Amino acid sequence: MKFRLTTGAIASVIVFIVAGIAWTLWDQAALAIHKFGWQFWQTSIWDPVSGEFGARPFIWGTLYSAILAILISTPIAIGIAVFLSDWCPASLRAPLVFVTELLAAIPSIVYGLWGIFVLVPAVREFQVALPDWIRAMPMFSGPPVGVSMLSAALVLAIMIIPYTSSIAREVLKSVPATQREAAYALGATRWEATRVALHYARTGIFGAVMLGFGRALGETMAVTMVIGNNPQVKWSLFAPQYTMAAVIANEFSEAADELHLDALVEIGLVLFAITLIVNVGSRLLLWQMNRERKPKQRATAPAEEAA
Amino acid sequence: MTFRDWRRRALSSVMIGLSMAAVLAALIPVALILFFVLAKGIGSINWAFFTHMPAPVGEVGGGMANAILGSLTMVGLGALIAVPLGVIAGIYLSEFHGSTFASVVRFSADTLNGVPSIVIGVFVYAIFVLPVKHFSALAGGAALGVMMLPVITRTTEELLRLVPMALREGAYALGATRSRAMFTVVLPAALPGILTGIILALARTAGETAPLLFTSLNNQFWSTSLNKPMASLTVQVYTYATSPSEDWHRQAWAGALVLVMIVLVCSLAARFATRRLERMHTGH
Amino acid sequence: MKITVEHLNFYYGAKKALTDISIEMKANEVTAFIGPSGCGKSTFLRTLNRMNDIIPGARVEGSVKIDGADLYASGTDAVLLRRKVGMVFQKSNPFPKSIFENVAYGLRINGMAKGRELAEQVEASLKAAALWEEVKDRLHDPAMALSGGQQQRLCIARALAVRPEVLLMDEPASALDPIATQRIEELIYVLKKDYTIVIVTHNMQQAARVSDATAFFWMGKLIEFGPTPSMFTGPREKLTEDYITGRFG
Repeated sequence: MKFRLTTGAIASVIVFIVAGIAWTLWDQAALAIHKFGWQFWQTSIWDPVSGEFGARPFIWGTLYSAILAILISTPIAIGIAVFLSDWCPASLRAPLVFVTELLAAIPSIVYGLWGIFVLVPAVREFQVALPDWIRAMPMFSGPPVGVSMLSAALVLAIMIIPYTSSIAREVLKSVPATQREAAYALGATRWEATRVALHYARTGIFGAVMLGFGRALGETMAVTMVIGNNPQVKWSLFAPQYTMAAVIANEFSEAADELHLDALVEIGLVLFAITLIVNVGSRLLLWQMNRERKPKQRATAPAEEAA
Repeated sequence: MTFRDWRRRALSSVMIGLSMAAVLAALIPVALILFFVLAKGIGSINWAFFTHMPAPVGEVGGGMANAILGSLTMVGLGALIAVPLGVIAGIYLSEFHGSTFASVVRFSADTLNGVPSIVIGVFVYAIFVLPVKHFSALAGGAALGVMMLPVITRTTEELLRLVPMALREGAYALGATRSRAMFTVVLPAALPGILTGIILALARTAGETAPLLFTSLNNQFWSTSLNKPMASLTVQVYTYATSPSEDWHRQAWAGALVLVMIVLVCSLAARFATRRLERMHTGH
Repeated sequence: MKITVEHLNFYYGAKKALTDISIEMKANEVTAFIGPSGCGKSTFLRTLNRMNDIIPGARVEGSVKIDGADLYASGTDAVLLRRKVGMVFQKSNPFPKSIFENVAYGLRINGMAKGRELAEQVEASLKAAALWEEVKDRLHDPAMALSGGQQQRLCIARALAVRPEVLLMDEPASALDPIATQRIEELIYVLKKDYTIVIVTHNMQQAARVSDATAFFWMGKLIEFGPTPSMFTGPREKLTEDYITGRFG
């Protein structure tokens, strides 16, 4: 009993930290929340010098970049998961898993550095090379500066691929072999059998994508270095924009007056809340997939368990 | 074979091809990043990089000795907090994994793992920096500790739960208490794996920038005081990368190369270690 | 002869799982494979529709002919072949779709029917699997909501829908209660009028009840094969007799 209490007490530190984060942010942001109310998220002027704080561009930039990132990364991540779980020769699997997961291990700052000096110039050249009629469209308009929403979305997409693909691979691995075999036995091709597995695992795969989305929302350094840090709400992929995490990274240590600091903390609070909701949502999906599928399988097959 | 069958077969091949293309799409960035970091960084890696202080603006040369020391110090500080806490919390989670409170702890750990690192920075700023009104290495270490904690906790839990039940039962049969069985039999059995996990967590945390930006800030000078701002490899790379100086860019690439090497070496070592462990367990 | 197997060897990587198996199975008969766990009976069943192809490192020597056509000849297409050889698994494995969509799956992917014709064929298959009366009012409910025995009959209906000639059953009743098992056995008896059925079972009473011919496997070898009655009353081999009388396995 003493063992349980001691270890439990120490484990509870983790719970306190999470609660502490929520409470501290709430407490620190109080001034800004009280002063600006909902106005804070509805206005677009961000001018710390004159004391005007409108955070709409940041939430826009965060959501837009993260959504673009999952649009790019999801097909790739699921493709990787499918290849590694269903089609890859066994000898190639372990090295490929290692290399794709290396993407998750490379520090964010290294992505940022690579982004500034390699990706951003490439995006600029790509933009210049586009024909004029495309550049006239609102989605692709703007001067060719390179630092842009597109650069941020590309870096983010690369960074979240390993998260989504490794969870999706595990989810696909947990699909009972007899699901694919049942499809094969009915004359399915390899792709059709994989589709059966994907359909079986769809809840979990959706959870994997959401987990990647959560990562993309909170990613800081790499985005800060390539997005251009310009608070504006624009559809254009080539427009420099700004994210919640980036504005905190750039301005927090230099925020002179308390209102500015509190405004940044409020952005942090909302970022925390959004990522929390997304992460909890994705975990619920993954958990539900396990729960939904397993008990019924078990109920019909006691003999299998004994064997 | 009918036309329809032929079309299905073709679609299947196309999809397999696309999935291979997806793997390539992930391998290309890995290769590009490793290539550029190596090509641009290797030229500036020399003895001075590790032993010299940063050169003043406009002067060529200099190194990142203080930043390297700073990173090591703060990762060490973080580990000092996170390793004991994380391992014990992991023990709790594995021993009492069915209990409601264990679920709460596990859920909190997973939540903490998903909290953006910049938010951790804000949190640590509010509790360590704001009250004393100055940035410090201590705050930086605390931020890194908070980053490591959930990873170490969950790794420990998972590895402990892999230890065969028979081993515990053997200890219980000899009259060992639960805690004694844990510390004399179960934990030692899982220790190599746990150490591997800890090293991986430390390597990853060494690459964190965002939580340090406004906790340890940066420091152009040699400083070993935990109560003062401290330089770190990552923040230094960030500062150099966003500066206009060509020479600093080169230093930034060299710093990035060091960071990548740390992660790469630790990941490779961990991979070999886990494979050896697996062999030991399966007896091949 | 519907199925003729000659000198079949099977390997998982370097491990030889089946040794020199030759056997002939008649059309419209039920052939049962019996033997202790790990004897190779399920592996052998899976060579009859090339299901082992999807296991990495699996290798087959010898020939398996259905109606004289060699399954493992270089020109044979596993996908087309499997449509002719239906399979029912040990664990009922409906897709997480509706009852209707489960049965329709094979018809859809193979482009065998659509619209009203599809609905008719689904109905016919469910009737053939003796499930229609129980599910006709809830065809669009999830298949996972059915009981274990109903799920297994649904899987049989799903296999029958693509109109196979041979039906392979891998311990189809091992996970079911006695009443559900009895229903499956009755179904097998009815189905053999239209299909050649091969069933793997570890239950010797079941083999005796449902099959016309029985094959006894032991350590990857076919020890004895013959008409079921003579197999159970007067086995030629000592090993078979020991197994049937419960001395091992």
